[in-house]
Formats: sequence, structure tokens, C-alpha cells
Amino acid sequence: MSEKFNLEIISPDQTLINTEVKQVTIPAYEGLMTILKDHISLITFLRPGFIEAEIENKIEKFYTEDGTVEFLNNKLLILTSSTIKLEELTKENIVKMIDESKVLLQNSEIKDKEKYITNHKLETLQQIS
Amino acid sequence: MPSLDDLRKRIVSVKSTQKITKAMKMVAAAKLKKAQESAEKGRPYSEKMQSIILNLTESISDPQNAPKLLIGSGKDHIHLCVIMTSDRGLCGGFNSNICRLAKKYFEKILKERKNLKIITVGSKGHDQLKREYGKYIIKKLSFKNKKKISFVEADEVGKIILDLFDKNEFDKCILFFNNFKNIMTQIPEAQQIIPTEVKKNSKKNEEIFYEFEPDEDEILEDLLPKNISIQVFKAFLENSASEQGSRMTAMDSATRNAGDLVNKLTINYNRSRQAVITKELIEIISGAESL
Repeated sequence: MSEKFNLEIISPDQTLINTEVKQVTIPAYEGLMTILKDHISLITFLRPGFIEAEIENKIEKFYTEDGTVEFLNNKLLILTSSTIKLEELTKENIVKMIDESKVLLQNSEIKDKEKYITNHKLETLQQIS
Repeated sequence: MPSLDDLRKRIVSVKSTQKITKAMKMVAAAKLKKAQESAEKGRPYSEKMQSIILNLTESISDPQNAPKLLIGSGKDHIHLCVIMTSDRGLCGGFNSNICRLAKKYFEKILKERKNLKIITVGSKGHDQLKREYGKYIIKKLSFKNKKKISFVEADEVGKIILDLFDKNEFDKCILFFNNFKNIMTQIPEAQQIIPTEVKKNSKKNEEIFYEFEPDEDEILEDLLPKNISIQVFKAFLENSASEQGSRMTAMDSATRNAGDLVNKLTINYNRSRQAVITKELIEIISGAESL
């Protein structure tokens, strides 16, 4: 029996990926989560981070800022408006986003939730650059 | 009987009109391909989002305390209609179809003595509705100078709707747009987005127990506002594909019409030219005979 399940990443304007994968690691709202076949049905959110999918023994990495994840009947569905393949992210973009996050963090009126998310975004971005 | 010169002028003018409509058809066809592609690519997103929300609502533990966006404000007095039309004309019945459907709905609402509020997106819809329903229009949006509608614009519209809902400005929100079926047919559609319409599947699928992280209320609270923007975005995509499709068919028939007209005029022109020649010949012959 195969150990694979279906992964779909969909953004509003296109389907990014629709393939069989062995395992996927997602940055869920409350921490990293690795999903294998026959995982329990699940709905959760993403915070900024990397989605790592193991496709044909190769690991494909995506950068994401937000999204909604549903796992049902061995189908993993990620709905997101901000996911981009890691290779497609340019240096300038990263620098720009880092700067933006830093400015946002200095704002004193920022809500806890936003702060949490922006902190993660900053951390992730700094990891790439 | 128009003179030969007049006929010639008309033929030239119809021909140049034909050139324009032909060019517009080509442009619409090229744009349609793109718009259709993005409409089709966008469909899975909104569909899957709907299905997630459906699954969530079915497994929600405490329906009484569910977010207001899902169950509505409990009243049915004020209806907010969002009319999505194009910014440019010359696209056949595209805008009128939406407006006709919307007007029918307005009449029904007003007959039931309910309050009506209208937001128009796209200037053509505003032009058609302002005379009759001008006093109900509370906001007029237009993205005329945007080349391509992206999620950002949809989000803007979504935020306006949510803002109004938070201020209890309306109880029900309905979105009017054209659903793109194929190039020849676009179906005007009214979709209720607040409260979220839950279409029950006829076949009851077995209960699914989800693991939620964080819990379902929080997820719903976050998801529902997003869903509004997504539905608006979907409407935008469907609309832009429909607009181009509608324009293409309209321009196609305009081009054909112009062709028919040119043929007719040319026959007319040739006939009258022949008549003139015959007349001149008769004059010459009868002149020669009398000598």
C-alpha cells in the first residue's frame, strides 16, 4: 500500500500544486505540524513560515504568510493567498518585507495576534536571507 | 433616392465602423482567453472555501453563539445589494442583464416594505440604476483605472461590506454578478453572502469529526470575513470573463451586421450608377436620333 496522499495548494488565481506527496510540514497557527497519510481530519490556520512537501523523495519548499488547511480523507487542501515557491522569492522582496514587518512591530498599538504573526514572519524571512 | 456620392460616403463610413468592431472583437477575444483562464483557476478556491465552511457549520457545537456573519443578525429588514457591473460599455446585454435581475429583486424588496441599500461596483451599473433607484445607492465604486482586478480590490469591497455589517447597517447582503458559463451564455446571478448561505447536500454525508486548531469559533471568526472577500473576488473574475465574452459576441454580430449593410449599400450603389449610365446613354441616343 502506498504511503502517499494528495496535496493541493490553491490560491485565488491559480492552483499552485496538485500532486501525491509522502509528507507535508506546515506552519500551523500553534506550531509546526507534520502530516502523514491517514492523519485525523483537521482544520487549522497557517502562520508565516515554510510549507515543506516531500514529493518523489525531493523536498519542495514554499513560503507562506497565511492560509487555511483542511485534511479530509487523505486529501490535504491548503487555501492561501500568499504562498510562493521559495525559489521564486527575490532578495529585494525579502528585504522589503523584512523592513515592513520591522516598522509594523515598532507600532505600539499593534494587537497581540498581529504581533505574534509579524514576529513569525520576520523570523522566517530572516532565515531565508 | 440618395445620390451616388451619399451612398459612397455611407459605404465608407460603415466599412470603417466595421473595422472598429472587428478590432474590438479581436481584443475581446484575446482578453477573454485570459479572463476565462483566471475565472476557471479561481473557481476551485472559492468552492473549496465554501465546502470547508459547510463542514465547519455542520460540526459547530453551539449554533446559538455562532458568529453573526454565519447566522445573520436575526432580522430581515434591511437588504444590501451589491451590483457588480463593468466599467466599459459596448458589451451587449451584459450590464442590462445584471440590472434587470437586480431591479426585479429591488421591486420585490420594496413591495415587502423592507429597506433597500445599494452599492454599485462598476460605473455602468451605476448609470443604469441611478435614475430609478438613486436614493438607495449608498456607495459607488469603480476600478476603472485598474488594468487587472486582483484580490486586493476584492478585499477592499469585502472590507466595506464587513464594515457596514459591523455597524448593523444591514441584515442581508446579496451579490449580483454574471456567471460565466461559456462564450455565448452568461447567466446573471444573485448570491447571498451574508448570512452565509449553507447549501445542504441532498445526500447526507456521514458525520465527519474534525480536529480544530485553534477551536472552531476562532477558526470561523477568521474564516468568514475572508470568505466574503473571496466570494467578491470570484464574482469579479466571473464578471470580467463574462464581460469579455459578451463583448466578443456583441462585436461579432455588429461586424456581421456591418458586412450585410455594406453589401446592401453596394448593390444599391451599383444599381443607381447603372441607372445613371443608362439614362445618359438614352439621352445621347435620343439626341443623335433627333439630329
